[in-house]
Amino acid sequence: MTAESPRTLFDKIWDAHEAVPAGPDHPAVIYVDTHLIHEVTSPQAFALLRERGLRVRRPDRTWATVDHSIPTRFVEGRPAFLNRATRNQVETLERNCEEHGIPLYRMGDPGQGIVHVIGPELGLTQPGRTIVCGDSHTSTHGAFGAWAFGIGTTEVAQVLATQCLLQERPRTLGIEISGRLGAGVSAKDLILGVIRRFGVAAGRGHVIEYRGAAVRALDMEARLTLCNMSIEAGARAGLIAPDETTFEYLEGKEHVPSGDGFADLVARWSRLPTDEDAAFDRLLSFDAGSLEPMVTWGTNPGMSCGISEAVPAPADAGERAALDYMGIEAGRPLLGRPADVVFIGSCTNARISDLRAAARVLAGRRTNPATQLLVVPGSAKVRRQAEAEGLDEVFRSAGAEWRAPGCSMCIAMNGDRLSPKELAVSTSNRNFEGRQGPGGRTVLASPVTAAASALAGAVADPRPFLQD
Amino acid sequence: MEPVVRIASRTVVLPADNVDTDQIIPARFLTGTRTDGLGDSLFADWRRDGAGELRPDFPLNRPEAQGARILVAGANFGCGSSREHAPWALTDYGFAAVVSPSIADIFKGNAVRNGLVPVEIAPSAHRELLARPGTEIVIDVEAGTVSLPDGGSARFELPPFARRCLLTGRGPLDFLLEREPAILRYEQGHDDVAAAR
Ligand code: SF4
Repeated sequence: MTAESPRTLFDKIWDAHEAVPAGPDHPAVIYVDTHLIHEVTSPQAFALLRERGLRVRRPDRTWATVDHSIPTRFVEGRPAFLNRATRNQVETLERNCEEHGIPLYRMGDPGQGIVHVIGPELGLTQPGRTIVCGDSHTSTHGAFGAWAFGIGTTEVAQVLATQCLLQERPRTLGIEISGRLGAGVSAKDLILGVIRRFGVAAGRGHVIEYRGAAVRALDMEARLTLCNMSIEAGARAGLIAPDETTFEYLEGKEHVPSGDGFADLVARWSRLPTDEDAAFDRLLSFDAGSLEPMVTWGTNPGMSCGISEAVPAPADAGERAALDYMGIEAGRPLLGRPADVVFIGSCTNARISDLRAAARVLAGRRTNPATQLLVVPGSAKVRRQAEAEGLDEVFRSAGAEWRAPGCSMCIAMNGDRLSPKELAVSTSNRNFEGRQGPGGRTVLASPVTAAASALAGAVADPRPFLQD
Repeated sequence: MEPVVRIASRTVVLPADNVDTDQIIPARFLTGTRTDGLGDSLFADWRRDGAGELRPDFPLNRPEAQGARILVAGANFGCGSSREHAPWALTDYGFAAVVSPSIADIFKGNAVRNGLVPVEIAPSAHRELLARPGTEIVIDVEAGTVSLPDGGSARFELPPFARRCLLTGRGPLDFLLEREPAILRYEQGHDDVAAAR
């Protein structure tokens, strides 16, 4: 492809990062600008380096945080680790970072948080960059017009050792989103609607570019929510072209230059959006205007419906098994289905705007005593900001537990988990069997739907709570 | 990684579509720092009941499935998280190949890098294998073919580099390390890369 022919956003990033173009017997070598690591998928990568006598090539392009298995509760001022193994993972990461000179955001550090929440916060996530992490929700960072994707642990080792990856060129999928989101309908409902419509494998082999008026209208945090769940649509990466919203968010962030340096970057970033005549390998379109708040009724993120809609009759054995696992009956809405737990957290929905939205529903009200409400901020920074705004007080007076930042019940590695058959309305991204604890049942929803459900003690429509 | 050229084995059939990596190995088993010993946790919540007893009706637990090295799975196998623990658990358990009409992107790459052959075949051939669990088949990595119970065979594609990794047992790390001069040249030619140093 020549420089003159029209290119997509993704094409431009790909072209700029080919350290070695593809040959007849090998894929392209792609240079990685930013590598994020965490305690769960990195120890075996460092072990491989050690075994091979290799060093970390660019510790200055590598950042580490702890999030997946760390406790969100402290007992007598000490982190309440679930067990020795989880503590050992954290200590192993600390040793590895120290040995290789990699900056690490430890528990209690003001910059610590869920890896996909802190990247944007610190300004590490920038347009046009290649960003990888041993975590499939790395797609989140695509909201800035970066090509960001999840990798396995062997690839983590490759990036540590060479700052590069071998990549087969993915195809491009444009999803054109028109219409305006209604009141009480958020980016979470939008992505759940997109996945319901096109399926959990729609993006396989592709990178998605979300386009159109409905996408442009989203603020940065909502865009992060949208791109976060690209992997739930089967795509490793989901991008949004950078624009004024993007630049405004980035200005003044720790790792973003200021003054002339920033102006230069903005000029460069402005050339990234897809050229007018550029072709996508595939194009889909979606109308956001008709969406209502969405909830999942099954065990993959495509099994969802509008909050007032009846759960559809199962179309195949998989859907029947899902309803069975969930203990849900088809033919009537999920509304009113009792919720044991409401979880507001995760890299999908634990940024400050998510907490503000939830707090708006909860302010001056009390949760149903039968329902436990867990609010876990996405990062230490989000937590401080929420406390500065008094949101923690809103949550506590509503009856919620206000925790320290981490993945918590999104992945249930740290002891925050459901008991068998318990049902959670959760702002996270995966409703797989057992994801939030063995036998646990997950209903994915937006922060306002989750908050409303905590008040009702059952799956609830947030819209009545949002009328002033 | 050992080279994989040809796999001859009985099949185990797990027909469900969209089997995600949280089912292949639930997150609570990801707290280790090693790559071995995960076979016991493979499909943990499907293989065992709440009391930890093996469920006799789960396909992997049936007597005829013991020692089988080929897993025939439904579509979109391995979707969800990027955890490489999924192929680690499958290979540690004894599997050498997964056969499906479609395999999720990240899992596919992770599988190849661990010598687990991802075999994507046409739905018609897949249906034949689904209908005949425990049948003896041969996967030929070099030729890109799978023998079918009716005596025919199905083709499967692998990117040339992935095929070579499997056949030689040499992974991408060696390839990348040998490209160090090109990587350095790239860094020197990209001011933003240099500036970050
Ligand atoms: S919050 Fe959940 S989805 Fe996000 S990185 Fe953590 S475990 Fe993964």
